[in-house]
Amino acid sequence: MSTQRAAGPVRSSFAPWLDPGAKPLVSFRNVRKAFGAVEAVAGVNLDLYPREFFALLGPSGCGKTTLMRMLAGFEEPTSGDILLDGKSVLGVPAHQRPTNLMFQSYALFPHMNVAENIAYGLKQEGLPKAEISARVEEVLNLVRLQDFGKRRPDQLSGGQRQRVALARAIAKRPRILLLDEPLGALDRKLREETQYELVALQEKLGLAFLMVTHDQDEAMTMAHRIGVMQKARLAQVGTPAEIYEAPETRAVAEFVGDITIFEAIVTKVEGEVVTLLHPTIGTIELDDEGDKPAPGTRVDVGLRPEKITLGFTPPHETVNRVEGIVWDIGYLGDMTMVQVKLADGTIVRVGITNRTRRSERPIGWDDRVWLSWDIEAPILLDGAS
Amino acid sequence: MKGFRLIHSVALIAGLLFLYVPIGILILYSFNASRLVTVWGGFSTQWYASLLSNQALKDAALLSLGVAMASATIATVLGTLAALALERARPGRAKLLFGGLIAAPMVMPEVITGLSLLLLFVALNVERGAITVTLAHATLTLCFVTMIVQARLATLDRSLEEAAQDLGASPWRVTLTITLPLALPGIIAGWLLAFTLSLDDLVIASFATGPGATTLPMRIYSAVRLGVSPEINAISTLLIAGVAALVVTASLILKREKLIA
Repeated sequence: MSTQRAAGPVRSSFAPWLDPGAKPLVSFRNVRKAFGAVEAVAGVNLDLYPREFFALLGPSGCGKTTLMRMLAGFEEPTSGDILLDGKSVLGVPAHQRPTNLMFQSYALFPHMNVAENIAYGLKQEGLPKAEISARVEEVLNLVRLQDFGKRRPDQLSGGQRQRVALARAIAKRPRILLLDEPLGALDRKLREETQYELVALQEKLGLAFLMVTHDQDEAMTMAHRIGVMQKARLAQVGTPAEIYEAPETRAVAEFVGDITIFEAIVTKVEGEVVTLLHPTIGTIELDDEGDKPAPGTRVDVGLRPEKITLGFTPPHETVNRVEGIVWDIGYLGDMTMVQVKLADGTIVRVGITNRTRRSERPIGWDDRVWLSWDIEAPILLDGAS
Repeated sequence: MKGFRLIHSVALIAGLLFLYVPIGILILYSFNASRLVTVWGGFSTQWYASLLSNQALKDAALLSLGVAMASATIATVLGTLAALALERARPGRAKLLFGGLIAAPMVMPEVITGLSLLLLFVALNVERGAITVTLAHATLTLCFVTMIVQARLATLDRSLEEAAQDLGASPWRVTLTITLPLALPGIIAGWLLAFTLSLDDLVIASFATGPGATTLPMRIYSAVRLGVSPEINAISTLLIAGVAALVVTASLILKREKLIA
C-alpha cells in the first residue's frame, strides 16, 4: 500500500474489499429495477463479503429497500444479475434462497407463540422435531429470551418483538441476513443498546449482514462499510470514516453529517496542496490525495462543523480563516452548535466540544468571531460543474 | 339540547317498536292456549309439543338445515377462494370486473336469480330437488362470504406472507399456514351468514326446488295460505331464536376481530 493517510481515526483489520483475491459472497452486477416508468434502482454494482456488515444508507424512496428485496427474491431485477456464492439467483423463488430478511414491521405471526414463530422456518426444511426444538432454544438464548417461548407476540414489548424477529431470521442460518430498518421502531435509548448487541451478535455468528437504514448514526456505528444510495444509484461505497471524512460528491457530503459548502476557484496546485480562492474567505489551502482539479476550475469545498476552530482574535495565519458574526447558538449538552454568518450571508456551522463546565468567555449572539481550520480540514468535492 | 334529546329518544323507541312489535306478537302468540290465532286464551306450550308430532314440518326443518349447511359450506369454500384471488389480484380493470361479477347476486332481485336458475336447471334437464336448492343457495350466498373474507384479508399485513415465504414456505404452504388461519374469523363469520341466508330464503328455493323437497320457509308459507295455525307461530319463534343466535355469534366474532365497528 501507499503512504496514504487513512480517513478518520479508526483502524480496522477487517477489510476483505481491499483484497483482490477475496471472493465476494453477493455480487450485484449492473442491477436495474423499474416499476413502470419509475426507475427504483439504476445500474447498481456492489460486492458484499462473507462476515461483512454492510449498510445501505439513503433517504426514503432512494431504492435501497428495493435493492435488498431483489436479493431476498421478492422482486426480480429488470436487468442485470445478482450472484450469491458466485451463482446467479435470478429466477430462484424467495422461499428457496439462502437469505433471510428481518422485516421492518417484524412480521411476527400473531397466531403462533414465540417458539412456533422461530420454529416455522425450520419446519419448512423438514428438520427432525428434536433438532428444531434444540435450535429454537439456542437462538432464544442468543437473543436472551429463553423464558419467552410460550408467549404470544402481542404479549411482548417492542424490543422483545424485535429480538424474536431477529431470532426467527437467524434460526435458519442464512448465508446472509437482510435487515430492513431493524431499529426503526425502537425508542432512542433501546436503539443505542440494540445497535451494539446486533454488532456483537453479527461478530459471534460470523454472518454477513446487509442492513437498510435511513439513519446515518445507525449505519456509522454498526457497519463495516456503508453504501450511500441516492436517486436509485449507489453514490459512494466506503467505510464510515471514508464516507464522512472523504465524501466524493456534494450530495453524499450533505446527506451524511453536517457540512457547510463553499464554491471556490482553484488557483494553484502544488504537490498535494491545492490553493483556492473564495470571494469572502480569501485563500483556502487544502491537502488532497485524490485527483487534482486544474487551476481555474470551479470546485465545491466542504467544512465539517467540528473541524472549525472559533476564536475572538484573528489567527496568525492569513489563509483558512474568516471573520463572521454569531447568528445562532444551539446548546446540545456535550457540544454547542454555533451558526456564524459571514459577510456574504453564508451561514457556517461550527461545533464546539464543551470540555469544561464553565467558560472564561461564553459565546453570545452577535459576537464578532474568527473561524479558522487546519489544512487537512476542507473536503474537496466533485460536482461543482 | 334537551328537546333534541327527547326527539332522539322518541325516534329510537318508535323505530324499535316498528321493527320488533310484530316479532314480539308472534312470539307471544306462540305461547297462546287458544286455537284462534288472534285471541289470547292463556299461556301454553302445547303448540311446541304438537310441532314434534307434525312430520311434514319436521321434515321441512331437517331439509332446510341440511340445505343450509351444505350450501353454506360450498359457498364458504368457493367464496374464500374468490376472496384470496381478488385480494391478490393487481388493481386494475380485471379485478374490478371480477369483483363486480362476484357481487352481482347481492343486488340482483331474488325473483330474477331464482327464475334464471330454474331456466338453467330445466335447460340442463337436472332433476330439481334438495341438490338444486343447495346449489342455488350456494350461488346466492357466495358473494357475502367473499365480501367478508376479503375485508378480513385486506387488514392482514402482507409482510406476514412474505416473511413466511422468506422462511422457506412455498406459496401453497404460506396460504395454508399463514393466510387461512389468519382469515379464519372472517371465514367462520361468512359461513354463519351464508347458513342464515339459506335458512330463511323462500323465493329462490321455490324456483329451484322440485316435488318432495320442501324447505321450512316454503312449508310455513304454504301453511299460512291455508290459515295461520299457532303451530306456525311456534316454529317461527324457534327459527327466530336459531337465526338470532347465529347472527349474534357471527357479529361477536367479527367484532372481536375488529372487522366491524
